[in-house]
Amino acid sequence: MTRKQRRLTLIGIAGLVLAVAVGLILTALNDRIVFFRSPAEVAEMKVPPGTRFRLGGLVENASVERATGQQVSFRVTDGNKSIAVRYTGLLPDLFREGQGVVCEGTLQGDGSFVADTVLAKHDENYMPREVQDALKKQGHWQGDAKGEAKPK
Amino acid sequence: MIVELGHFALVLALVAALVTMVLPLYGARIDAPRLMAFAGPSAIIQFLLVLMSFCALTVAYVTSDFSVANVFENSHTDQPMIYRISGVWGNHEGSILLWVLILVLFGACVAAFGRNIPSRLKAATIAVQSSITAAFLLFILFTSNPFQRLLPAPIEGRSLNPILQDPGLAIHPPMLYVGYVGFSVVFSFAAAALILGRIDAAWARIVRPWILVAWTTLTLGIAIGSYWAYYELGWGGFWFWDPVENASLMPWLAGTALLHSAIVMERRDALKIWTILLAVLAFSLSLLGTFLVRSGVLTSVHAFASDPARGVFILIILCAFIGGALTLFAMRGPALAGGVLFSPVSREGSLVLNNLFLSAACAAVFIGTLYPLALEAVTGDKISVGPPFFNATFLPLCIPIVLAMPFGQQLAWKRGELLPIASRLFVAIAAGVLVALAIFGLTNGREAIAALGLGLGAFVVVGSLDDLRIRAMRGSSGTFLARLRGLPRSVMAAAFAHMGVGLMVIGIAATAFHEEKIEALAPGQKVTVGGIELTFEGLRRQPGQNFIATVGRFTARENGRELAVLEPGKRTYIGRTMPTSETARIQRGFGEVYLAIGDSHDGKLDIRAYWKPYVLLIWLGPLVMSLAGLLSMTDRRLRIAAPRRAKAAPVPGAAE
Repeated sequence: MTRKQRRLTLIGIAGLVLAVAVGLILTALNDRIVFFRSPAEVAEMKVPPGTRFRLGGLVENASVERATGQQVSFRVTDGNKSIAVRYTGLLPDLFREGQGVVCEGTLQGDGSFVADTVLAKHDENYMPREVQDALKKQGHWQGDAKGEAKPK
Repeated sequence: MIVELGHFALVLALVAALVTMVLPLYGARIDAPRLMAFAGPSAIIQFLLVLMSFCALTVAYVTSDFSVANVFENSHTDQPMIYRISGVWGNHEGSILLWVLILVLFGACVAAFGRNIPSRLKAATIAVQSSITAAFLLFILFTSNPFQRLLPAPIEGRSLNPILQDPGLAIHPPMLYVGYVGFSVVFSFAAAALILGRIDAAWARIVRPWILVAWTTLTLGIAIGSYWAYYELGWGGFWFWDPVENASLMPWLAGTALLHSAIVMERRDALKIWTILLAVLAFSLSLLGTFLVRSGVLTSVHAFASDPARGVFILIILCAFIGGALTLFAMRGPALAGGVLFSPVSREGSLVLNNLFLSAACAAVFIGTLYPLALEAVTGDKISVGPPFFNATFLPLCIPIVLAMPFGQQLAWKRGELLPIASRLFVAIAAGVLVALAIFGLTNGREAIAALGLGLGAFVVVGSLDDLRIRAMRGSSGTFLARLRGLPRSVMAAAFAHMGVGLMVIGIAATAFHEEKIEALAPGQKVTVGGIELTFEGLRRQPGQNFIATVGRFTARENGRELAVLEPGKRTYIGRTMPTSETARIQRGFGEVYLAIGDSHDGKLDIRAYWKPYVLLIWLGPLVMSLAGLLSMTDRRLRIAAPRRAKAAPVPGAAE
């Protein structure tokens, strides 16, 4: 091969790899990402059933019910609206009523939410930022009184 | 008093760094030996001063001096000594001090061990390294002073975050930082070479050991972090695609690409521009990681207390160094063109392919990590980019790299041919295909992806080791074993590093066969995973030095024979309300039975039991990779004082 051909082959391969990478990333960005929603947003945006998203808010007081096996149901609230959540599995160490939580799963036809992942905060002072923002938006944020402003 | 000395030592180190970033660099430009001679001693003095400062902070922690705000926030007199010491870097201020300590340690190492480095390059490198040191010392002194006093001094501290009270904290951050910061030296070498305008194969040879040190420790640091998360967080995952994990993966990918492209530059004097660019990028990505962790733009298990001032400061450092290096690069780059020709099918060609895919994979991680931040800043929409995104982008881009590894080892420089190699790799190809078909058949085709992954892993493990056999078969002098021992260390290192990747691929692919049982057990009840029967005996409370634990007792039996007693627990630390999980595990071959407990209610205990076959390979693979990195450092080419011509003495069988 001549110098020019070799160089062209190299550039061609590089372009091909680049195109594959861009293609993969763009498709994945289209359908492999999940949005974060608070219960009020879910109601307001009329999220269709079957949509996968992250639901965040506080675990409503006195809403946690343990059924047989590992089934747990509870309600996630942002102060205005709340959504019933069902989850099967072991809850994280820091899952408590009245505390911040983020659930990932899908919305059902009856307006309830089936979570396959439940995330609670990592630290007793830490509130998922999305939850914090959602609560602020609903005017239910009292973090500063709890000395929250300084995680850690 | 000691604390004030520590603070003062930092200021002195800053002064030394500020002087060193100017004088030796000017000396290197005008070729004035006396100005350049300033660099070495100053680098060592900077190291001693920062070491003094670090020791002062450690003393404050060990003696529980709560008049120091940082100690008050992160320590407690009940804490065991190991966590008082590792608590030094279990917080933002202390860890950035450790960061700078490693930064100046590398500067001092260049001064002390860089006897084969030309004096101008050495002086300029130390000057650039000192400028990074100066920037971070300013950052510490102005935004994150660990020596801030508290008056009046509190009687008791607030204790270290319980999740960090684990031996993992003693090794994971220091190891990771040596890796991260190790790329700073490589960056300094690249910037110095750009400033001096002399970039050749000798440069690549000088820089190689430094790339190896950074890459080896970063590999190990990431693997240790992953193993720690696996046993500490109690859900048995090993990689969560958390933005901060990604922040360590990006420099690793760039560093791996650099490690390979530097070989081409060293042996063939080609890919020079690209290698220099990668050297700049690897450290830039390390800085980006530091920014993500410390600026508060994201929340994660790793994120430190957020303070916008710190974020802005690091962003300025980030822009200054990346911008400066890229400007230099743009000025000098065009003059670097040239290089030796090679055919697309050749060792060089395969290394270029490796670099293309590694860079593309790195870009996928970069976009997945930063896209949510950008989107939120622009539209206010909050999204999470998690495993589904990375599985759809990162993994497909990695498969060609892994597949090409055994071929790359076989290819000759300049031009090679694929067919003879494919026939030489017959054993490996057969092994891979057989494993894939066997798994596919045994699972009735349900686990096609896992079968492909295991086949790929088997192909790489066999193929990379087979390279050593193929090479030792050639030649006529001595016995087969003697020739095997006589192979260059770098050839062996490549084989073992690639084998490590193969082992890791097997471990990851085997996750498809993990068994999970989530149940609520009353005492006396049993659960079986992976053929091992776990009987729940009972719960008890057990006080520790600074925590109270709830410990479950389980007896593990296999075919009726008692194997072990497992005691997974939950700990509640005194002074903190958050509980942490302590998992219990039994090893069976390379697999593990993994047991974690949850809350108990109605007399039943929630448990999570897993059987994870071959899971240990996920970390043994990287361990083998980093041992291979160490082995490569002992290669004779790197030990010879003066840089030599690229072609080393012919070694039997080595396809140089």
